[in-house]
Amino acid sequence: MGSERPIPAGLSRAQLHELYYLMRLTRSLEEKLVNLYRQTKVIGGLFRSLGQEADAVGTAFALDRSKGDILSPLIRNLGSMLVQGATPLEVLRQYMAKAESPTRGRELNIHFNDLGRGFIGQISHLGDMVPVMAGITLSFRMRREPRVGLVYVGDGAMSTGAFHEGMNFAAVQRLPLVVIAENNGYAYSTPMDKQTAVKFLVEKAAGYGVPGEQADGNDVLAVYQVTRKAVDRARAGGGVTLIELLTYRRKGHAEHDNQSYVPDGELEAWAAKDPLDRYVRQLTQEAWAEPAELTAIDERVHQELDTAVAACEHEPLPDPASALDGVLAAPPRAELEWYRSLDA
Amino acid sequence: MPEVTYLEALRDGLAEELARDERVFVLGEDVGDYGGAFKVTEGFVKRFGAERVIDTPIAETAIVGAAAGAAHMGLRPVCEMQFIDFISCAYSILTNYVATARYRAGLPTPIVVRGPAGGYVRGGPFHSQNPEAAFLHTPGLKIVAPATARDAKGLIKAAIRDDDPVLYFEHKYLYRRIKENLSADEEILTPIGRARVAREGRDLTILTWSATLWKSLDAAEQLEREDGLAVEVIDLRTLLPLDDEAIMAAVKRTNRVLIVHEDTRTGGVAGEITARINEHAFEWLDAPVKRVCAHDVPLPYAPTLEDFVLPQTGDIVKACRWLAAY
Repeated sequence: MGSERPIPAGLSRAQLHELYYLMRLTRSLEEKLVNLYRQTKVIGGLFRSLGQEADAVGTAFALDRSKGDILSPLIRNLGSMLVQGATPLEVLRQYMAKAESPTRGRELNIHFNDLGRGFIGQISHLGDMVPVMAGITLSFRMRREPRVGLVYVGDGAMSTGAFHEGMNFAAVQRLPLVVIAENNGYAYSTPMDKQTAVKFLVEKAAGYGVPGEQADGNDVLAVYQVTRKAVDRARAGGGVTLIELLTYRRKGHAEHDNQSYVPDGELEAWAAKDPLDRYVRQLTQEAWAEPAELTAIDERVHQELDTAVAACEHEPLPDPASALDGVLAAPPRAELEWYRSLDA
Repeated sequence: MPEVTYLEALRDGLAEELARDERVFVLGEDVGDYGGAFKVTEGFVKRFGAERVIDTPIAETAIVGAAAGAAHMGLRPVCEMQFIDFISCAYSILTNYVATARYRAGLPTPIVVRGPAGGYVRGGPFHSQNPEAAFLHTPGLKIVAPATARDAKGLIKAAIRDDDPVLYFEHKYLYRRIKENLSADEEILTPIGRARVAREGRDLTILTWSATLWKSLDAAEQLEREDGLAVEVIDLRTLLPLDDEAIMAAVKRTNRVLIVHEDTRTGGVAGEITARINEHAFEWLDAPVKRVCAHDVPLPYAPTLEDFVLPQTGDIVKACRWLAAY
């Protein structure tokens, strides 16, 4: 390996391979889900992150799981949850609304959470997770814990009042929070120039008095480096950073969306900038990975996914009566008696 | 025993919980050095430190959302809405995020959102609201509304200790008008979900809460004096979950029910209570359930208008006489 170049950002060769594994796992898991969707085994909509895997994986990889960092993904950040230890089996069960899914069939797709592993699922109301993550990072600071939070928003979520309020509060309080602004071109069918009058989302950082950074969201190592810098700053007490990642949503809002609003040639232009293809080229050209090593990772991914699908494909849906419990810590006495009286 | 106002009782309850449990903290607009618009948190920064008494931007979604996040991590935040009218600014995050968190995600969210509600103070349409009906329809929330100094203290302490999100609607008309002797040594905890018989009587029952409790008690006195009627008055105290047991027991005792609330009539809490009585105790009724509520208009400012719109003692007396004669 005489031609091997030094690896940037203090990463090891094994970590580079781990990044590849996580990006490949993200993409292949979604491809599995497409098959299940076409077989009508996915109950609700299916949301793809094709072309954004580097952004989700590279940002989350910059957190420190051993320190208890927590992130809150949006719908195109499946990869970030896999980094934090969410499993394909959990994701498959969620999409298929299985009784054994993390939310027992109550919530959809990647709307699930495990604070122990460091991820808290979004709700559909965009922006809400920004104040919630402000509160989570506020708890870190109040308890003098050296932990960092990371929250994803997009060109759409940044238009909401909830984003503004949470961002401003976190900035004023100098909370250890990294805000990832994914510029992927579209919020459902609405292009960026109908969403905001700024050219780049990073311009908004100035309005909150926080540092803004911008990086190529399709370059996983650039994503990792810019996020790592912000995570380190947050952990050191430097407060909030807003990072804009330039990327592109190559599929529709969800699987049903035919993208009729996308101008000709745009999809092809971005396909040529595919983050996985690009990373494979980089790994092999820099001699950071042998082609055989990457093939072995691909095989591992496919095996893991086949095992996961086989494990849950035929599992039952939740018992109907299980819908009633768990609204409150202890159910109201009278309500329970009322339900029981209906059975009698 | 020292005589304390409703507001002081609330402040004492909050302070006791802040002193008892280091997980408790307060956040809201001007709650810090200023002590809050009504001085509920006066002296708290000095006593508990600015880290636990957090001044926020004017941003109710951020206040509630940040409280939710901190609560997920095991803290016990108490949010102040400067006036409860502004809770509507956080309606989405309360109903969509907070109220669903336990059910959809198994995330406990033990927050309290409290603030001054209610009229009779010439506050006009945006400083007088009673928002309970807007949240009654949301599974996953609890709603309490104290009428006495004792319950102002007992319910804030219970709300903070509750493992679910609790909306605590205090009444600004009562803040300094209601006084009670409360021993500082007694640990006062009012159970959430339990009503209280505020006045006994066999002839008919008034179900009410918060400021209209006092108008109902005045009406009951007048009816005893002038009509010889023994009117029972029940202070519901908790609106979600409703104390069905206490409500049905009252229906079975007196067979005539008047519901009095300060909020507007249409879609108000009285409608829900009436439906429950209908479902559980219809055959015990000797008369239709009646309501005395505010007229269905935004609350006007001018004293003549406000007095006309809000329930008054005379309205309650009139409705009771109608029920008794039915």
